[in-house]
Amino acid sequence: MHIPDGFLSVATVATTCVVSAGGVGNAVRVANQKLRERHVPLMGVLAAFIFAAQMLNFPIAGGTSGHLIGAALAAILLGPWAAVLIMSCVLIAQSLIFQDGGLLALGANIFNMGIIASFGGYYLYRLATSLLGDERRGKLIGGFVAAWGSVFLASIVCAIELAVSGASPLAVVLPAMASFHALIGIGEGLITAAVLSFILVTRPDLCQLERI
Amino acid sequence: MKWWQIGLLVCLVVACLSPLASSSPDGLERVAENKGFINLGQEAPFQVIADYLFPGIENEAVATILAGLVGSLILFGMVYGMAWLLKSRRAV
Repeated sequence: MHIPDGFLSVATVATTCVVSAGGVGNAVRVANQKLRERHVPLMGVLAAFIFAAQMLNFPIAGGTSGHLIGAALAAILLGPWAAVLIMSCVLIAQSLIFQDGGLLALGANIFNMGIIASFGGYYLYRLATSLLGDERRGKLIGGFVAAWGSVFLASIVCAIELAVSGASPLAVVLPAMASFHALIGIGEGLITAAVLSFILVTRPDLCQLERI
Repeated sequence: MKWWQIGLLVCLVVACLSPLASSSPDGLERVAENKGFINLGQEAPFQVIADYLFPGIENEAVATILAGLVGSLILFGMVYGMAWLLKSRRAV
């Protein structure tokens, strides 16, 4: 869902850059207060994992592929503001080094796949585990639901940005983006639940860190 | 070995799977093609490791794996370093 340069209007670029800069600034402030030494290695490993996993496009219907975003996974394990920081670093590196996602579109990409996907995923997970319980079953189902929802929400916000930029009318681009990403979100959900399951078996204490 | 060293190794193994990835357009590219606005996209003004292919390597699978390994290590270092700088100095 990395938006290249050219898809967004100047006004959309400017608005999303300002909002994302504010969001990342606040993430730095919150992390500065709440981040502890025990969070540091997991932050680094998750960033490396999200980058590597984002390269693994999986096929969905109709000659189309999708890949993990990873924001929900990071938000579930470390909290939404920590996830915003991780996703911002991944997206900045992808844009500057790998030419994936435009330079001017970086604000929009951080807003969609960083801020929206992290907070959407985090609160969906909180809701799901409060309904299903915080045991293994609740965590895995909650992880799937949160991950699916994070992709779906991000694609809707992306469609709105494309529509207000004049790339395509909302009535056209919104259903198209939502339907493809409803499928891609299933992959996101399965990968997220699988990673959570792996961590619960190998290092359950990593699921008990204070959320940032 | 510490747990995070094993975790980082797992990430590097995942990066080595990257040549198996689907090369079909992703969801946004597919929508942009279908709805006729893919041509709005502009080329990046500069290229470093564009398209996740490490430059100067003929074998595409090797170039992709190298890009994945380099990127994973960069992200680990970047975020570990940032988190280390941001972490509270108060007692744990």
